[in-house]
Amino acid sequence: MTTPTVVVALSGGVDSSTVAALLVERGYTVIGMMMRLWAESSDDDHVLKLDASEKFVSNRCCAPEAVADARGVAHQLGIPFYLLNYEADFKTRVVDYFLAEYARGATPNPCLECNRQIKFGALLAKARAFGADFLATGHYARTRDCAGKIELLRGRDPQKDQSYALSLLTQEQLAHVMFPLGEYTKTETRALARRFGLRVAEKHESQDLCFVADGDYRHFLRRHAPHTLTPGDIVDTRGNVLGRHTGIAQYTIGQRKGLGLAVGEPLYVIALDPARNRVIVGRAAELGARELIAGALNWIAGEAPRGDIHITAKIRYTARQVAATVSPLPPESETGARARVVFAEPVRDVTPGQAVVFYADEVCLGGGIIQGASAPEPGSTIPASARPDN
Amino acid sequence: MTNNPASPMTHIYLDHSATTPVDPRVVDAMLPYLTEQFGNASSLHRYGQAALATLEQSRRTVAGILNARPNEIVFTSGGSESDNLALRGVALATRAQGAQPHLIITPIEHHAILNTAAQLEREFGCAVTRVPVNRHGGVNPDDIARAITPHTILISVMYANNEVGTIEPLSEISKIARARKIIFHTDAVQAGGYLDLDVEKLGVDLMSLGAHKFHGPKGVGVLYVRGGTPLLPMQTGGSHERSRRAGTENIPYIAGFAAALQIAQSERAATNARLLALREELVEAILERVVGAQLTGDPKNRLPGHASFVIPGVIGDEMILGLDLAGIAGSTGSACTAGSAEPSHVLAALGYPAELARGALRLTLGRDNTEAHIARAVEVVADVVGKLRRK
Repeated sequence: MTTPTVVVALSGGVDSSTVAALLVERGYTVIGMMMRLWAESSDDDHVLKLDASEKFVSNRCCAPEAVADARGVAHQLGIPFYLLNYEADFKTRVVDYFLAEYARGATPNPCLECNRQIKFGALLAKARAFGADFLATGHYARTRDCAGKIELLRGRDPQKDQSYALSLLTQEQLAHVMFPLGEYTKTETRALARRFGLRVAEKHESQDLCFVADGDYRHFLRRHAPHTLTPGDIVDTRGNVLGRHTGIAQYTIGQRKGLGLAVGEPLYVIALDPARNRVIVGRAAELGARELIAGALNWIAGEAPRGDIHITAKIRYTARQVAATVSPLPPESETGARARVVFAEPVRDVTPGQAVVFYADEVCLGGGIIQGASAPEPGSTIPASARPDN
Repeated sequence: MTNNPASPMTHIYLDHSATTPVDPRVVDAMLPYLTEQFGNASSLHRYGQAALATLEQSRRTVAGILNARPNEIVFTSGGSESDNLALRGVALATRAQGAQPHLIITPIEHHAILNTAAQLEREFGCAVTRVPVNRHGGVNPDDIARAITPHTILISVMYANNEVGTIEPLSEISKIARARKIIFHTDAVQAGGYLDLDVEKLGVDLMSLGAHKFHGPKGVGVLYVRGGTPLLPMQTGGSHERSRRAGTENIPYIAGFAAALQIAQSERAATNARLLALREELVEAILERVVGAQLTGDPKNRLPGHASFVIPGVIGDEMILGLDLAGIAGSTGSACTAGSAEPSHVLAALGYPAELARGALRLTLGRDNTEAHIARAVEVVADVVGKLRRK
């Protein structure tokens, strides 16, 4: 029997490089592939001139140095390396989605879309076409075959677990992926990289938003979607105008700093109202939500639960898991499969556009995109410990 | 821990237009000049004299093959430098005399010509006309004649195209250039190992060559410069190469150039006959096995080992990747533009829509290829195209 062939999605970073080295060591036939994705170019003077005053940080995806690192690692491991161009696909499916979500007042997570459509969509399909059995990436998550169903599990490193960003994958996709780093902590990964003598062993972590030149999405919106930046009113929950905003896309739920309001008590963004171009602010007590509606639901097992299930849920990548009950709702044509998520206690910063992801212990059951939150019950207060971001 | 599925043991190289392996006889001709005979050809002592003797012997060898005089041969670092020196050298020498020079080129030239012409246009006040080519990539000499203005100082048309293999009608164009006293340059980089390089028969005033396309080393080339052609040197310094190209002469590589050209040209008839037969077999089989595949370039009037196609429904780079994994080295067109998402400028000039041009495949044969290689390549191409079309 021939050894399975695995395509490793290389980025030039320590994680994907270590995956390639591990798989070579384990005897797989390994092929390195790197995706050239759309990114703002530092050569785009006309783009960056707009922000000449802002500090330019090189954060571009597929910078020449990253390609050179990936190529160098592949050469060191004796595996072939191919750079594939997915700029057009990535621009349409991820960057344009990112801009459209902000334009409608939501806060998107482009990594989920990229994983679903590009990495484990276009690239996985291509890897399979080239005869590979698996696509391996440097994600910190695990898969487990459970009686013919593939389960997605949290990575063993609680600090690095990336199952959240993989929660929209399907059985068909998961059947052909490998996440070797799910068994390791980041510290262990670096130790492995050193043991393999990889040139990238000490390389620093890459940033989120790989396609934004300076890493700041607000600047990016100014450059690419200035129409989302129409100034308007900042109002309280009763509609009293408290000040002016510079465009709702520049604000995010839970934000306190940068509102420019001279009011005695601290105020937070509690909602964005694109229809009336308003930023709605309130006191800390008004921030929490008891429940939310999620759409575009994906159940990793391939089917929705028959009734209510008690799980833990995570409302953004950096949030902690909180107990909740999920009740499947009838699907709508716009948003696909839906569910109501009721938390055991109110949670702060429920943000439309982010994913809510469901877990049963360490198993990731799936997730959906937050459509909206319901207001907290009158008079309820949220203890600081309930704030999920910590 | 090497587990390269594309190990050289099983690999079939079908990308000879990109580059070729150095002939062992050429290596032998080069080696002495890397070690014992290391002298500088400008030195007065016997080390220098030995180097100078080799330099001039190499120059005579090349001149003999080109039917030129030895002092018309300028050694350079390769085809791109030769193209740069030809265009910029002539245009700037003429401009220095007060004229506003006009250049005629074609849109299917190598980027060494295209980008040099564009820079002359943008930065040095030259005018450039790009004469269109037909569906097969051929230039109509009448179109060249029509593009000539009173300011035209240079016509540059490649001998054979790198992406589609089409051979251009140089001697007809040269008659037009001669009659109008216009300098005529040809980029003969792809033609060097396969076509007649007699500059009198071709009627060219300048000709670019690069050794690595005909089993010589990379990093050495020639610009033939007909006596009396105005040429402003681009690299100034010592009086090397009769002050047309300064810099200590690269004796081992120059010796390698001469040896490689001599071998390629003396074996040309036999090589071409073999390559032509293999190519016809390859083209016929690909057109038969791959639904929708079209041959690009001129079906007959092309380089003997050159086969190029467009294949609908696939992306060229992905096809090359699939071929490589299966042990076949091919290319989409120019090795110089590999990895870019831009469709080929050559296929665009031939009138192929961008969507179809994305599926370009170039397989260029060399003297070590066999019928078994061709058969294997056809199987792999058909298989890879089939898999990529399903996804």
